Amino acid sequence: MAGPTHHAEPEDAVLFAPVLGTTRRFWLGAAPLLLLTLWGIYAYTLQLRYGLGVTGLNRPVAWGIYITNFVFFIGISHAGTLISAILRLCKAEWRRPITRAAEAITVLVLFFGLGSIIMDLGRPDRLFYVLQYGRLQSPLLWDVTSITTYLTGSSLYLYLPLIPDLALVRDRATGWRRSLYTFLALGWRGTPGQHRRLERGIAVMAVLVIPIAVSVHTVVSWVFSMTLQPLWKSTIFGPYFVTGAIFSGIAALIISMAAVRRAYHLESYLKPVHFNSLALLLLVMSLLWFYFTFAEHLTAYYGGELAEAMVLFAKVTGRYAPAFWAMAVLNFVIPVALLANRRTRTVAGAVVASASVVVGMWLERFLIVVPTLANPRLPYERGLYAPTWVEVSITAGAVSFFMLLYMVFTRLFPIVSIWEVREGRQGLKEAQQRMAGYLPGNAELAPAVSPTPVLR
Amino acid sequence: MRWGMVVDLDRCTGCQACVVACKAENNVPVSAPKSGREGRLMLWMEVIPEVEGEYPNVRARFIPRPCQQCDQPPCVKVCPVQALSKSPEGIVSRVFARCIGCRFCVQACPYGVIQFNWRAPQWPGDLREALDPDIAVRPTGVAESCDFCRHRYQRAREQARADGREVRGEGDYVPACVEICPARALTFGDLDDPNTEAARLARGPRAYRMLEDLGTAPKVYYLKEG
Repeated sequence: MAGPTHHAEPEDAVLFAPVLGTTRRFWLGAAPLLLLTLWGIYAYTLQLRYGLGVTGLNRPVAWGIYITNFVFFIGISHAGTLISAILRLCKAEWRRPITRAAEAITVLVLFFGLGSIIMDLGRPDRLFYVLQYGRLQSPLLWDVTSITTYLTGSSLYLYLPLIPDLALVRDRATGWRRSLYTFLALGWRGTPGQHRRLERGIAVMAVLVIPIAVSVHTVVSWVFSMTLQPLWKSTIFGPYFVTGAIFSGIAALIISMAAVRRAYHLESYLKPVHFNSLALLLLVMSLLWFYFTFAEHLTAYYGGELAEAMVLFAKVTGRYAPAFWAMAVLNFVIPVALLANRRTRTVAGAVVASASVVVGMWLERFLIVVPTLANPRLPYERGLYAPTWVEVSITAGAVSFFMLLYMVFTRLFPIVSIWEVREGRQGLKEAQQRMAGYLPGNAELAPAVSPTPVLR
Repeated sequence: MRWGMVVDLDRCTGCQACVVACKAENNVPVSAPKSGREGRLMLWMEVIPEVEGEYPNVRARFIPRPCQQCDQPPCVKVCPVQALSKSPEGIVSRVFARCIGCRFCVQACPYGVIQFNWRAPQWPGDLREALDPDIAVRPTGVAESCDFCRHRYQRAREQARADGREVRGEGDYVPACVEICPARALTFGDLDDPNTEAARLARGPRAYRMLEDLGTAPKVYYLKEG
């Protein structure tokens, strides 16, 4: 560990340390991820050269794990922005050390969501035809529109609260880092006027980003539910996908928080209480996910329409049954068992439950895409699909590349929002006042309206 | 004018002449046995065998399946780049140079008739010499499907124009599969003109369409076995 270079202000030194220099441990961690990324890139060059024939895709299963990854990555991206925006708007004080980690996941993983679509294209060289000749009547164009809006919005929403921290780092860094942070901090001096404008900007973005995030995964679900295929044509797909997205997003957030907590010794910032709160959110989402899954499958079973029943039984008792029941255990049994019990709702328990949910949600996406395609309405084609090593390598490369980018992010920008933690420390009195305002009477301590209606 | 096809299942012998004629007419690549095992046969027209019962009481039936040429085509609806379109005469066809290979049309089609070029197309031996230079050879990574031999309609239209008349509802233009069928199981014509044989058969009591209840309004009619 590079020790803090400035002893003038030991406060929050552990938050500055990762940003001011890299360690050997960092490179040791980054090396295998980099290798896997390069391996994935190699696999993709083969696909570019020989076409999608190198995948396991066929007729009728013409979409496979690339589309699964697309839905999965876009789902993970709901970690951040949505959770952090909601917590900010609710003035949940415990959000302060976790919002940055969440927002960074959103922005970085979105590139892989978009990337998965490009990997799935037969003609990636014609990608820009989507802009040039795009038909707004196609759900794919809705995707392009909402995801680019989401990427822009959440990048801004990541950047705005980063500005004061960039200025803090600027004042400590040397060399190229200093120039970088000077540029990025946009001349932030922390004047009251600047604070007022920043907080207004953050508040506006927090409100904007919520409907955008909801729209993104709704539209992703519509790519499936706008078709006539059995078990895709479902009206609850929009909310079902959004629920799954937030579910997997929270899980990814918990894992990444535990990782940075351990790597950068942030135990006093990311406390068990933060994990406890997120674990409770995860528990609620697990129950909600179960509710949607149950409703979706029960209606298909009870109605018993032949085409739907074929897909349903392929999932529940047929070829996909192992994946289906694994999904049920990973997404529902394990997280609920671990998180509903106070004794196992620890940091370690939350991480285990989250890892289980991340895997389970990938399976869920897979089980939405593939069994329907493998069992089309007409009985003439029945699909067999297994991903080839090329698809698996590209997927592994994408996941590694994402983790690598996240590691680099934590080395370039403070992963815990320093100024917001400090503001929280100074705002104890104000928080006390606000709480008093909720209680009957006690007027002398609490003005009826909070003195600072703007969001922090 | 609304071109449509009628397939008489009573007449089809399963000889696959339509499949071969279609391949030759439209430069459809030859599929190796490996492609068959991988589920990647390239067939614009396919004869699907349906076997009922158990030996010795077996009954086989053959269902020729071209693109169903829907009047409400789900594939055209979802294409993000307008590589697919339906002509005023109801023919669904493609611009291969536009296709980005997203395979959304493949997913949207409930009939499973849209093919994808997983690999570079292949014609072993002399077959390459037999390609029709007027028909685009599709590159790797684009989708393709039967278009009722639209180029034949274009030729018929030019001929009619040269003769100073309209294209007739039957006789001037038939797809290759219809032309070759030795059992005369396939009939082709203008469904809007009640006097054509195709329109008459499509109105008949034996006529049905695949997955009719989906509302895709296919223009390929099947005549039940009587």
